[in-house]
Amino acid sequence: MKNEWPLWEIFIRGQHGMSHRHVGSLHAPDAEMAIKNARDVYTRRNEGVSIWVVEARHIAATAPGEKGPLFEPSESKVYRHPTFFDIPDEVGHM
Amino acid sequence: MAVDQEKLLQFLLRQGDNTLILGHRVSEWCGHSPILEEDIALANTALDLIGQTQMWLGYAADVQGEGKSADDLAFLRDAWDFRNVLLTELPNGDFGRTLLRQFLFDAFQSVLMGRLMKSSDETVAAIAAKASKEVAYHVERSADTVVGLGDGTEESHARMQEALNYLWPYVGEFFASDDVDAAMAEAGIAPDPASLREEYDALVGKVLADATLTIPASKYAHKGGRTGYMHTEHLGHLLTSMQWLQRAYPGCEW
Amino acid sequence: MYAQLIKTARSGITSREDMSEQEREFQDKIDNDIKIEPRDWMPDDYRATLIRQMGQHAHSEVVGQLPEGNWITRAPTLERKAILLAKVQDEAGHGLYLYSAAETLGETRDELVRLLHEGRMKYSSIFNYPTLNWADIGAVGWLVDGAAIVNQVALQRTSYGPYSRAMIRICKEESFHARQGYHAMMKMAFGSPAQKKMAQDALNRLWFPAMMMFGPHDSDSTHSEQSMAWKIKVKSNDELRQQFVDQTIPQIEYLGLDLPDEGIKWNEERGHYDFSDPDWDEFMDVIRGNGPCNVDRLNDRVAAWDNGQWVRDGLMAHARKKAAAKVAAE
Repeated sequence: MKNEWPLWEIFIRGQHGMSHRHVGSLHAPDAEMAIKNARDVYTRRNEGVSIWVVEARHIAATAPGEKGPLFEPSESKVYRHPTFFDIPDEVGHM
Repeated sequence: MAVDQEKLLQFLLRQGDNTLILGHRVSEWCGHSPILEEDIALANTALDLIGQTQMWLGYAADVQGEGKSADDLAFLRDAWDFRNVLLTELPNGDFGRTLLRQFLFDAFQSVLMGRLMKSSDETVAAIAAKASKEVAYHVERSADTVVGLGDGTEESHARMQEALNYLWPYVGEFFASDDVDAAMAEAGIAPDPASLREEYDALVGKVLADATLTIPASKYAHKGGRTGYMHTEHLGHLLTSMQWLQRAYPGCEW
Repeated sequence: MYAQLIKTARSGITSREDMSEQEREFQDKIDNDIKIEPRDWMPDDYRATLIRQMGQHAHSEVVGQLPEGNWITRAPTLERKAILLAKVQDEAGHGLYLYSAAETLGETRDELVRLLHEGRMKYSSIFNYPTLNWADIGAVGWLVDGAAIVNQVALQRTSYGPYSRAMIRICKEESFHARQGYHAMMKMAFGSPAQKKMAQDALNRLWFPAMMMFGPHDSDSTHSEQSMAWKIKVKSNDELRQQFVDQTIPQIEYLGLDLPDEGIKWNEERGHYDFSDPDWDEFMDVIRGNGPCNVDRLNDRVAAWDNGQWVRDGLMAHARKKAAAKVAAE
């Protein structure tokens, strides 16, 4: 059972010009085959126009324990959101 | 100039029977491939081939003008009526042989479809235009796999060389032109297959060299499939399962 | 279901008082429908139970390719062949998604496959029944996928993020499976007398095995309580079975086929159909390896895997050579 093909994370850009989105993972011996496998596995229903693959071990991630310090400070910055500001209707669309 | 309809029919059957029989063979792998990713990819190839079959045999049935459908042609003809090259009906063997057979076929299709897209027959050109995109992917994938397995481990190399030795004598039949091909070429419907050999050899030669495989020296070519004169024994067994329901319960809708 | 008799790694259910603070936080998240993600803390038993359940689910998809794959080369029309092949291919895809979800917990696919091949993990009992006539293909899509969907729709709400996301994707793809099956059944049931006979035969043979897919009665299913609390399991076996029966009876009647169970009767008081119990002794036999196809199914999977070893090794060796050549060139 040695020699397992590496695991790749697959990102696909859908039909409508959105960013690439993580859709799942698969195994492949190298990046070229990972792209081909992703085409065969994850675009069977016409889901994509572009594929990115990244070997899973190369992904760095935030630790769940850091969630508070990393993300909570932005909760209080309500002025970053357009709805914070009341603009009179007569000014028109802004 | 009106082309001989019987010859056009023969040409279309050659196209449709190739994809029908090979698609059938490839579909036999479903659920039994070496790894899920390959299982899924092979099923995609088979699905493309079945789709191409529906187009080729559908047009063949129109040209025949007897009110038949693509299904009638696929399920109700006997072995001597089939016009596929022998290569496509050979048993799958191991995964390596299946992929090598696929590559040898894909390479031919990739050269041929490029020409057929410029066919004077609009329907042929339209079918080829759709098929050519599928074929372009097939040949890329099967070529990569052939290279990977040929230049992989000692065992995979040995198996691929054995597969090539077995399959190579069936390659020549692609290019065995006859009066049907001459009529197609004259009408601008399809190229004379013999004229595609050089391009084919260049493509296949490069991939097989990258795969560190040696093309057998013998120039001998089996033939008899595309004329229907003499198929292998394998075709009858394939048709026995493929056609069983239609034969046992004729006239039903499924 | 595709995951039957999953033994929860913990017996009984842990009360709040017996939980560590970490576990209480974990349970709060689940109670508030916040998904658990791969790197989040989780009790070892939760992890182990999930791996078992997702693994068995994945194995079921892959072994489930075999009974339907049995008819790909005999499909009666080009269109039916394409539909069936696409459907069986989807099962391979679903197996792949589920193995991937299990891999987020650090269990490799190769390891799960090894456990299956050594008989240490199971797959759904339903796939140990044979497909004997073409109507079985319709019946499998309609009844087996139909039963699976009942469970999988519920599982979209499961607590483990990657499992839930896999189920969402699978449900989206599965919606065509039951419909194509029923469509094929309609052709058979409304076709020639011989076709109708095939349809009835398929329904009669597959009905009770489909009922068994949901697993034993809740009263005999000792391990579900903790799994329900963890939202690894979302609805009980009997609840799901009843839902399946209720939705399927009118579909049988529409086809004009005889009901496969004399005990099926509308119960006005309950607002549900009554029905007979499947033979639970037969179920246990199948689970223990004595179903009609257990040995063949596993042999087929082991053969596919073993015969593919040289292919996986060959392609990996080539990739390593290519990578080494690239490094050398830089």
